[in-house]
Amino acid sequence: MHKHNYGTAILAGFEYLLENYPEVFVIGQGLWSPWYVGNSMTDLDKKFGVERIIDTPVSESACTGAAVGASLAGMKPIVVHPRMDFMIYAMDSVVNQAAKWSHMLGGQAHPGVTIRSIINRGGEQGAQHSQALHAWFAHVPGLRVVMPSTVADARDLLIASVLCPDPVMYIDDRWLYEQEDELPPVNEINLLDQRPHITQTGTDITIVSSGHTSLLARDAAALLIGKNISAEVIDIRVLNPFHADEIVTSVKKTRNILVADSGTLSAGFSGEIIAKVAERLPVDCLKNKPMRIALPDAPAPTSRLLEKDYYLSVEDLVKAAEKVLNK
Amino acid sequence: MKNDLGGLSDSTKFHEPVSVDNIDNNVLKKMLKSMIIIRKTEQQLALARKEKLIGGPVHLGAGQEAIAVGISESLQSSDRVFGAHRSHSHLLALNPNFYKLFAEVLGKETGFSKGMGGSMHLFDKSSGFYGSVPIVAGTVSLAVGAALAAKMQGTNDIGVAYIGDGAVEEGVVHESFNLAKVHNAPMFFVIENNLFASHMHISLRQPSDLISRFAIANEIPYKLIDGNDVCAIYKAAKEQIAEIRNGDGPRFIELVTYRHYGHVDWRDDVDVGVDRSLDDIENWKERDPILRLSKSMITKGCWSMEEEEVFKKEIDREIIIAWDKAMNDPYPPLSATLDHVYATNQKETS
Repeated sequence: MHKHNYGTAILAGFEYLLENYPEVFVIGQGLWSPWYVGNSMTDLDKKFGVERIIDTPVSESACTGAAVGASLAGMKPIVVHPRMDFMIYAMDSVVNQAAKWSHMLGGQAHPGVTIRSIINRGGEQGAQHSQALHAWFAHVPGLRVVMPSTVADARDLLIASVLCPDPVMYIDDRWLYEQEDELPPVNEINLLDQRPHITQTGTDITIVSSGHTSLLARDAAALLIGKNISAEVIDIRVLNPFHADEIVTSVKKTRNILVADSGTLSAGFSGEIIAKVAERLPVDCLKNKPMRIALPDAPAPTSRLLEKDYYLSVEDLVKAAEKVLNK
Repeated sequence: MKNDLGGLSDSTKFHEPVSVDNIDNNVLKKMLKSMIIIRKTEQQLALARKEKLIGGPVHLGAGQEAIAVGISESLQSSDRVFGAHRSHSHLLALNPNFYKLFAEVLGKETGFSKGMGGSMHLFDKSSGFYGSVPIVAGTVSLAVGAALAAKMQGTNDIGVAYIGDGAVEEGVVHESFNLAKVHNAPMFFVIENNLFASHMHISLRQPSDLISRFAIANEIPYKLIDGNDVCAIYKAAKEQIAEIRNGDGPRFIELVTYRHYGHVDWRDDVDVGVDRSLDDIENWKERDPILRLSKSMITKGCWSMEEEEVFKKEIDREIIIAWDKAMNDPYPPLSATLDHVYATNQKETS
């Protein structure tokens, strides 16, 4: 077992892939000076060479497209976008190309590219260095969307994403990097087999979330125990294709649901979870109204006081759970 | 707009037969036959679209055949060729199987893309045709990536992107030129400058009609050639492709041409084309790449009117047979809509 934090777990994932799969390469901005990405890519260029760790011109669109094209030619590229916001320049390569080539060409072309995009909130960086746009990408058939929230998933879902023959959007969050855990040696997992994880069992309410919000949910559940509320916490992990079986089963047991999401509320992923679960529940299953908690429908403010108020906290989740249960 | 192309964009010029000097007779015959096959295939598509036998749009490139034919003569099946919305010729120049194109355009499962793509989404990797899509400039960066992959894989394969004069108005094309140059990608940028983007003449869209100015800006060696002279294209591309395979980095070729049909479907499109006159179309038809090569070959004595008639009749006959066969082929099963979303054909249960 090795002690890791979320950032070094991602680094371990990169190292494993680059050591074991010669067709893996990494392309993106800042890779020869990766301070942008915390401790998650340190010295990869020195260890694996600048031919495989490719720093690029300031061209998100062409670099993402190039990664898609290389994947069509049998490589397993990982394109890195240090801020999800910057990646919006590359939407055509992601949405029109990577996600659609298999379908449009009769299942004969497989862009097995992994797109790592990083949510980097806070620090008074404002609306263009902070967005969590996972819901956009989960809306695109053909694009698998992964949001690891644990140290183990940070490493193992990265490896699974790269080894998957489909295009995968791997979304990590800088607010998760300090988490620590012991990790065993890598055991490759198949992305297609991955389902939501129940990270804590409980009986009173099901709390569903992904990415950084799953960390908040785990901490909230610990506090809720002190308030005599037993929460079952489910980490979605894979947002597209989204499997709701585990959540439906859980809600049938707890008969209450709270969904927490790190994106904005309206037309966000929280609504999809509620919808997919609700339409599969018996009419009289829920004891209380379901609830979503997410960011306000506003861009992230820069000013410190406003910013603190804007993002979700553990306390927000605790209060929301109490509200669902009318406590 | 500055007319930097000079006579190349003047429809009254370059009507004379092309020079066939120093090209093997077999290559000449192959290129002529390939252009005739592409022309006749597209004429069949135009007719079928007019008769409403084809449900979706077809972007025809009749008149532009010399480009794909001249370029493809120096390509190998392990190269990585990417097209766009007007790519029938790009594919047929690599694989003249018009039956599979007909089937694809008709949405039949025997087509190049298993009936899932139609005219605008074509695939034939076994011949080097990696794919075409109708998002303008959508494949240019992909081609650069496939070229970089060829380099990493230690092959001498190259990436090829067919790019229209409209596509260079997209930002990603300039990112791609720069990226290819900076990373010394084995990449061939093939510019088909047919002076129009949909209905708009280049004079209404750009300050100069010379697309090669972007090659100059990115320090990429380039050639500017009459796009309706298949022999000149063949010679220039052969030289440039050899340089790319040699590891010399990207190359750029600008080919000035014109399409006989409008932007989409079978009409000449004089009504919606801005600055496109009937006189111009008639003059451009005099700069026909097939006619100009055929005349030269007959003069050289390696081809005859009789041979051409026999060949054309044979192709006409084969086209009728292929078309009828494609018309009677099955559509993909309804399950194909979900089956091809992911590589793994995974059934998503919940």
